[in-house]
Amino acid sequence: MNLNLFYHFGNFVIWQAQIFKRPENGSMYYKETVRQMYDIGIGSLPIVFLISIFIGAVTAVQFYYQMAGSLIPAYYIGYIVRDMTIIELAPTITCLVLAGKVGSNMAAEIGGMRQKEHIDAMEIMGVNTSAYLILPKLIASLLMIPILVCAAALIGILGAYIASVPAGLFSSAEFIKGVRSFFIPYNVIMMLVKAFVFAYILTGVSCYQGYFVKGGSIELGQASTRAVVYSNILILLADYIIALILTA
Amino acid sequence: MIRAEKIFKNFGDQAVLKGIDFTFEAGKTNLVIGKSGSGKTVLLKILVGLFQPTSGNIWYSDINLVSADKESLRKLRMEVGMLFQGNALFDSMTIEENIRFPLDMFTTKTLKEKKDRVNYCLERVSLEGNNNKFPSEISGGMQKRVGIARAIVLNPKYLFCDEPNSGLDPQTSITIDELILNITKDNKITTIINTHDMNSVMEIGENICLLDKGKLAWQGSKDEVLISKNEVLHDFIFASPFLQKLIENSK
Repeated sequence: MNLNLFYHFGNFVIWQAQIFKRPENGSMYYKETVRQMYDIGIGSLPIVFLISIFIGAVTAVQFYYQMAGSLIPAYYIGYIVRDMTIIELAPTITCLVLAGKVGSNMAAEIGGMRQKEHIDAMEIMGVNTSAYLILPKLIASLLMIPILVCAAALIGILGAYIASVPAGLFSSAEFIKGVRSFFIPYNVIMMLVKAFVFAYILTGVSCYQGYFVKGGSIELGQASTRAVVYSNILILLADYIIALILTA
Repeated sequence: MIRAEKIFKNFGDQAVLKGIDFTFEAGKTNLVIGKSGSGKTVLLKILVGLFQPTSGNIWYSDINLVSADKESLRKLRMEVGMLFQGNALFDSMTIEENIRFPLDMFTTKTLKEKKDRVNYCLERVSLEGNNNKFPSEISGGMQKRVGIARAIVLNPKYLFCDEPNSGLDPQTSITIDELILNITKDNKITTIINTHDMNSVMEIGENICLLDKGKLAWQGSKDEVLISKNEVLHDFIFASPFLQKLIENSK
């Protein structure tokens, strides 16, 4: 089991060297990157919107429940929701969800190409398939996922407002005051660092699972599942490490 | 010309190829035949560089594929076209985009020049006017022809065909065989065809290599097939009950 882990880690590292080689034709890579940006960015917007709005809403309602009757001012809920969303919920939850949506899609797409001999066909033509199939996805993820995470943070805070203010939990002025209080710009940097690292993890792991798939449709399904599970585990592990490093 | 020199290939403890020595001649249709599991596909994948042999050399004229540097390998790849058993056409691209893919990737031609080349290749395989269809919208035989068109779009020196007739009716198989033969002759390329279709052997087998249990069991041309006393070849050719019945009746 451990040897297998080392084998895959080593193989993954060596494979990265193939991915970052000079493209055969820049315009083909550019077109593919734009397509991937659309798929990842626009394609994931509805699910990110839905998840974020509910997470923001539930966070606000739960904090109101916990703080009700305490001496902590009500506007603190806006402050807590904002920081929780920016530091943790937006990057982590969004990327966990994207590992399921985008990651499994990438593993299935590339794995399907492997099984239908599309990758072999490209290799014989002389295409560096590691670069052509993975690099555009990686660039698109690194560009679009941080944007999605920023959107998720904003939508989460909006969700908190929509869920609590009309329900009369606290006033609009109190919430806005909370959101504007004690703002530390460094937290946004922390969010973006997480977004970049998680984007790399979910794309790299998912593409690796698809690219090296062997067998038939059952193995492809298993690879797709592994892509999601391993991405999620590594994202959570990376979340902890980043939190340790950036808050030290 | 491609020369396979003492090719051995093992998968774990299992020896699949056991010292294949064979010369695939230029300007001819070279057939690799044999029963399922005889090592045909593995040999083909070694010849195109998808598998590394356990030992041995593959000479493309004076370049050794096994030890070639990356630049030579890259140039060599541009001279190779391959038709896959399952066609390997990109499902999300139209026929034109499929055929144009190598041109888009490796040439600096204008769009018009690329389209002209695609149209020429489509005409060559008698599929003119089908540019905007998707692979799922055409028949298996047409997909094979699109695969051939894509394989020849860069004017390759070497054409590999893995089971070009699998899943096709006899008449379509003959059309595909004739097409491959004509392309080989017209472009003077080295064509290597992996098949177990006896019609293809008798139709286009100019240089035949029979594999049996990973070894070269017989070599010769289609004219020598019927007069050969080689037992493995005899068993392979006359395995069909239809042929056996035909021989009995003729006797």
